[in-house]
Amino acid sequence: MNYTAMQLIIFFSLVMIGTMLTRALPFLLFPEKKKIPTFIKYLAGVLPYTIIGMLVVYCLKDISYTRAPHALPEMISVGVIIFLHLWKNNTILSIGGGTLLYMILIQYVFV
Amino acid sequence: MTNKKAAFLAALPHTLPVFTGYLVLGTAYGILMDSKGFSILWILLASVFVYAGSMQFVAVALLASGFDPLGAFLMTLMVNARHLFYGISMLGKYRGIGKMKPYLIFALTDETFSILCSTEIPENVERKWFLFFISFLDHIYWITGSILGGVLGSMIKFNTKGIDFVLTALFVVILINQWKSVTNHLPAVIGIFSAVICRVIFGATNFILPAMILILFFVTVFKTPMERGKSA
Repeated sequence: MNYTAMQLIIFFSLVMIGTMLTRALPFLLFPEKKKIPTFIKYLAGVLPYTIIGMLVVYCLKDISYTRAPHALPEMISVGVIIFLHLWKNNTILSIGGGTLLYMILIQYVFV
Repeated sequence: MTNKKAAFLAALPHTLPVFTGYLVLGTAYGILMDSKGFSILWILLASVFVYAGSMQFVAVALLASGFDPLGAFLMTLMVNARHLFYGISMLGKYRGIGKMKPYLIFALTDETFSILCSTEIPENVERKWFLFFISFLDHIYWITGSILGGVLGSMIKFNTKGIDFVLTALFVVILINQWKSVTNHLPAVIGIFSAVICRVIFGATNFILPAMILILFFVTVFKTPMERGKSA
């Protein structure tokens, strides 16, 4: 890609500032000395349990049930991860095994 | 043993899943940047200062379609809006942390957040150093991976297709751990349900903001049942 160093610095800086804004905004709204409202405290308690579910869906957002292979590689791999994790409770095994299986499935089985 | 060393040793095992994920995904990022003609310096700068996994991939695609910095800025706000929830969740945990707080906020990626929100800080280690080392180690993994990808670039021969599933796997595992750690599953169900509904209605590119709004709506409406059976 033919961009000047200056263009790239401007581009990456804006992406950085945008990212920083989304990460820092809650802390800017509620700085150290300001009391955190009860409702925000309540949100802080429940949001972690809702967001991880949202993130899983976010990761799987591009799968399609109507188009071949009908999300089968994803469903099988997620199923195996759940099974492995409930069975052995070994994080590295669950993540490594699930990822490897997914790669085999999309490279060799559902090509 | 010094405070710092104890915190480092306590933090290290918690970061291992991210180590795997970031090394692999960082490498993929490095390879991608290398293939677009970016030197190691640019890869390093992006991974050190932008440090936003999925957004860095999106940024490459944006650059490929022309120079539009303002568009990229707005796109970043959209793609990373989910980070607002991470900040809200960590408001209390990051209070009184001192000088390293800005760095902790800067380094609050999906993966670091997912580790921090699902990990109890051990009692015998200093909170700020524990939080710092988890954030810092993850950052180092990401930088190392992307440099590795930039250097190896064309040398890597095996087919890496599907390797990004490692992050999906990480979040699934964290979801299971969370599920097992609480008796009230309503928050988790609301998160998944809202995201799925919005994905169906709004499509793959525009569903996160509506999903966040729907989550806020549900957790507000179901405040009483949400707090039921909560141990902490």
